[in-house]
Amino acid sequence: MKEFLEHGLNMNRRRFLSRLSLGLGSVALGSLLIPDLFGGGSDAAESAFIPGMPQFAPKAKRVIYLFQNGAPSQLESFDYKPRLREMLGQELPASVRMGQRLTGMSSGQASFPLVGSFYDFKQYGAAGAWVSDLFPHTAKVVDDICIIRSMFTEAINHDPALTFFQTGAQQGNRPSMGAWLSYGLGSENKNLPAFCVLLSRGKGNGQGVYSKLWSNGFLPSIHQGVQFSSGENPVLYLNDPGGMSKTDRRKMLDKLAEMNQLSYQEFGDPEINTRIQQYEMAYRMQTAVPEITDLSKEPDNIIRLYGPDCLVPGTYAANCLLARKLSENGVRFVQLYHQGWDQHGNLPQEMAGQARDVDQASAALITDLKQRGLLDETLVIWGGEFGRTNYCQGKMVKDNYGRDHHPRCFSVWMAGGGVKPGLVYGETDELGYNITRNPVHVHDFHATILHLMGLNHEQLTYKHLGRRYRLTDVAGTVVKDILA
Amino acid sequence: MCISRYSKGLLAALLLLLLLSATACRQHKGPATAADGLPEVVDYNFHIRPILSDKCFACHGPDANKRKAGLRLDIADSAYKVLQETPGAHALVPGNPALSEVFRRISSTDTAVRMPPPSANMPLSAHDIALIEKWIKQGAKYKPHWAFVPPVKAPLPDVPDQSWCRNEIDRFVLHKMDSYGLSPNPVADPQRLLKRLCLDLTGLPPSIPLMDRFLADTSAAGYERMVDTLLAQPAYGEKMAVHWMDLARYADSHGYQDDNYRSMWPWRDWVIHAFNENLSYDRFVTWQLAGDLLPDHTREQLLATGFNRNHKITEEGGVIDEEYRVEYVTDRTNTFGKALLGVTIECAHCHDHKYDPFSQKEYYELYAFFNNVKEVGLESLVGGPETYAKKPFMEISKEDLHDVLKFINKQDTNKLIVSVMGDRDTVRKTYVLNRGNYDAPTLEVYPATPKAILPFDNKQYPSNRLGLAQWLFSPKNPLAARVFVNSMWQEVFGRGIVKTAGDFGMQGELPSHPELLDWLAVDFMEHGWNIKRLMKQIVMSATYRQSSAITGDKLGTDPENIYLSRGPRFRLPAELVRDLVLESSGLLVHKIGGPSVKPYQPPGLWEMATSGRGQLATYRQDHNESLYRRGLYTFIKRTVPPPVLMIFDGSNRDQCEVKRLTTNTPLQALVMMNDPQVLEAARVLAARLLETPGAENERLRKAFRLIICRQPEEKEMALLTAYYHDQQQTFAKAPAKAEKILSVGEYPLPQNISKPALAAMMQVVTMVYNLEEAITKT
Repeated sequence: MKEFLEHGLNMNRRRFLSRLSLGLGSVALGSLLIPDLFGGGSDAAESAFIPGMPQFAPKAKRVIYLFQNGAPSQLESFDYKPRLREMLGQELPASVRMGQRLTGMSSGQASFPLVGSFYDFKQYGAAGAWVSDLFPHTAKVVDDICIIRSMFTEAINHDPALTFFQTGAQQGNRPSMGAWLSYGLGSENKNLPAFCVLLSRGKGNGQGVYSKLWSNGFLPSIHQGVQFSSGENPVLYLNDPGGMSKTDRRKMLDKLAEMNQLSYQEFGDPEINTRIQQYEMAYRMQTAVPEITDLSKEPDNIIRLYGPDCLVPGTYAANCLLARKLSENGVRFVQLYHQGWDQHGNLPQEMAGQARDVDQASAALITDLKQRGLLDETLVIWGGEFGRTNYCQGKMVKDNYGRDHHPRCFSVWMAGGGVKPGLVYGETDELGYNITRNPVHVHDFHATILHLMGLNHEQLTYKHLGRRYRLTDVAGTVVKDILA
Repeated sequence: MCISRYSKGLLAALLLLLLLSATACRQHKGPATAADGLPEVVDYNFHIRPILSDKCFACHGPDANKRKAGLRLDIADSAYKVLQETPGAHALVPGNPALSEVFRRISSTDTAVRMPPPSANMPLSAHDIALIEKWIKQGAKYKPHWAFVPPVKAPLPDVPDQSWCRNEIDRFVLHKMDSYGLSPNPVADPQRLLKRLCLDLTGLPPSIPLMDRFLADTSAAGYERMVDTLLAQPAYGEKMAVHWMDLARYADSHGYQDDNYRSMWPWRDWVIHAFNENLSYDRFVTWQLAGDLLPDHTREQLLATGFNRNHKITEEGGVIDEEYRVEYVTDRTNTFGKALLGVTIECAHCHDHKYDPFSQKEYYELYAFFNNVKEVGLESLVGGPETYAKKPFMEISKEDLHDVLKFINKQDTNKLIVSVMGDRDTVRKTYVLNRGNYDAPTLEVYPATPKAILPFDNKQYPSNRLGLAQWLFSPKNPLAARVFVNSMWQEVFGRGIVKTAGDFGMQGELPSHPELLDWLAVDFMEHGWNIKRLMKQIVMSATYRQSSAITGDKLGTDPENIYLSRGPRFRLPAELVRDLVLESSGLLVHKIGGPSVKPYQPPGLWEMATSGRGQLATYRQDHNESLYRRGLYTFIKRTVPPPVLMIFDGSNRDQCEVKRLTTNTPLQALVMMNDPQVLEAARVLAARLLETPGAENERLRKAFRLIICRQPEEKEMALLTAYYHDQQQTFAKAPAKAEKILSVGEYPLPQNISKPALAAMMQVVTMVYNLEEAITKT
């Protein structure tokens, strides 16, 4: 019974309790922590999907999404195009561009000179995957990851493209993917939120992030992503004020519960008991969170694996290590954002810096999860919101150039959690402009992630203002080829 | 036992389904139930349409492109006709379920025949099927959708106890209660009633003198006097504006990527002013929609049109101009639909509406009203004061401030511009956009309104926004009054008469009290769309004045309080949580309007999430008075809204919202425990209590009264006192701890005060702030 309750039912508490005719005694108090009982919502009984449990055996239990904010160039990372170097400075053929719309930043350019990668590529792993010299650590784990070179999207500007990737729609305040999974699967740890967000920033040209990217949209706010950090204030408002000990806090909460209990006796409103329990959960978070976010006790070999930056709060490396710890402790969805990937100019230099920020720690996360036996059940994703043009934006000199936004093809990688390891999936043309094989749309990408988590993307719905909304809107096909 | 986690899940699912089906029959208990558990008379609007709409219309409804087998079930004629694909058969044969293809298909056990198809995963329940069968037997009579028929005043129903009723509202409510076997709660105790009343009308808790005055005169006339007093306070306009800000998606930044500053706050000041002046709802909205088109319009009427410029505006370099211009027009169209008509017209943006009779063409006809603004998609990149409003804008001059725009709280002499509406001289052509794409225009269309609601008579009205406003407030318009009355009801009772305040369409919830909603809507129109009168009408009712205690088995029979046999009881919205804390501590600055303020906020939030461009890249916290303004005035940067607002279910102002959820989460507990704003208020109030001569228990009592707005019970006093003594001992032993706990907030500490004593009192006050009842309307 406890298990059943803990899976949660997305029903209003008052209705829930009255329907089940349970008293407000021990069972109810224990169960009020169920995340999905926190708010009203659509009727759980209407479909095979029941919030809080997978529909079929999931491959992955948790997700860590390493979002590379600003859109890293696929042409200097995972999509090797030697032809572009040969054609350096030549005009992008109209037959390739096919009238594709361009952003306002380069649409006025008189010419579109092709430019190849400043960095060399080599082949790695059993599949001989091409990886640029900017990602030496990732190159070492290619046999554990699946590189998709044929992602495409519909948006060509950062805000709508990011929003599309995170919420399945370019406009309109929809719930973020993490919120959907929190709603769909609930939390595995009753002391931690199901959806955590970690931010970092590189030195490259950045575009910022927006909290709507981890918004609960129309879902109850318990599904909102909660920002974490490895610093002294890991979660907003978590720390008691100076001068207040744990014992003092306990004392206050005990008095508070007693007084709230009096109020309950008078009003009989179950919300009062829920509030008492929320204070208890807050109290437990106050203990659990600092333990998890304290990276200082990690052993030396782990520090070496992620690199020394992982001890500096707020860095990407620290966030990767923290992501592992949160995930290991049952956080359903850990969302990282590393900003600074928008190389309209000065690409060779800026991209090297960005790659240095993320390469070692991203690879370390794979290695670390693997050595703990967690990679099989943890889905790790790396990638940005679109790709970059094969032609130069702005002035081109031999060792310096920039690339504009390019939605038609770009590369992401996925690892663990039921994804086929060591696979390179999809292809683009020899100039890296159009996809020639196995295109993967953002909706397909979402459908696949949900599938790996044991959810049918067409059935994970939430009824809001008369419509059943999905993360995948009205499209999306599971990319079966990449499933292990 | 060796069951995997996953199969336990399955087991749980089965258990759940069992439980739900066992309790399902309880849901449908209601008046006039026949022996078969079905209503005596099956009504299309109330029983059948919700099923058909939810389960059938997606394929057999208004969307012509998605219609299967050429069958439409949302229109009687079409459903009675011979089926296109099954000659000789009819979807519905009135009076004869056996001959009706609909019944044959929904009741079939053959999965190849059954509807909805198993793949749709939307099975009908046995109860649904029985309802449809009975409806067909009774003649399969269709009725127009209730919300698209103009409301009329029904006669007041007979009720068992006239004496309970204080006004017409109560007649409808008591009648409904009675039919469900419920009876009203006794009237709330005066202290709690006053708190409720003050929060609903001013958003602020009552002061102690106000409490004393109210308790001294509990007569019926005394209550009414209190209502009138509160309605006349300037805080009334602020309270009313809170909801309107969500609806109007007001913010202090442009949104999108760089999210730099915008100066729309004078428009917000106008909203407060308009509510306080009790501008009638029709004028209030007409000015906002079309103030610029009114003949000889005033500066005030022009300012009001800022409503339609509150949407996000991009400053991202490299966007395609037309893509964003179309986005702005879309936003206005959707806002008009959701906020003022209560329909999800936005669903017809890419295709015909799936449930409501709105075609995609009609969407763009409505869109045409908003498509003629003298604007561009990308006017400027992040920049200085000239970018704080986008064209068309108005400049607020010194003369304005002394003249018609006196209500704008402008303290400096800087240039102040506000985005407003203004149309082009030549009409921009409007086309249906295929799939909603800006670069895929198809058929040219002209301004008109959805015919299912009320056709637009372009002989009577001009084909512009002013005409649209006139159409909206035509007595024949079925929605405008209902939607507004419902949203005010929702503000007070926490739940609208129509629960889905933004969807009065086919998929929306049916009104719990349809006759009451219509009566209120008509009465509202008959009395000149008078908002204060409406608010007064609601709070004068006996329905409103009931105690909110959940007595007897009401939790079982009506857990959501749909039938209103008790008073409203729910947590305050984010802004009012702040207001309560500041007002009760004496910190609140009672100043109306002005530029939004930046109170305490945890460090790094803006800095970690910025492109680095613009004046909002770093959070520059305000000081002094600006730290203690009402929640309404907290600065909203759209991409990083105030965290407390988000934690307490506020809107991020990305788009129009007409309803907030009310959740109860551990993060809310953490805010109340540790937000410096709460702690500072506790410290300041504690100091005030200690500085006032009086006995210890008088001080504790006063703290409780200021925050909870009633006298503490004996047991409560005992707990408070015990905790206070304990804290006194704790801090007496550890003065260093006292020093630390007092160092919160910028408000000065009084000189010569004993710090351990102050810390102990501060802890008590903090505890009282954390009581469930503190931030709850009881």
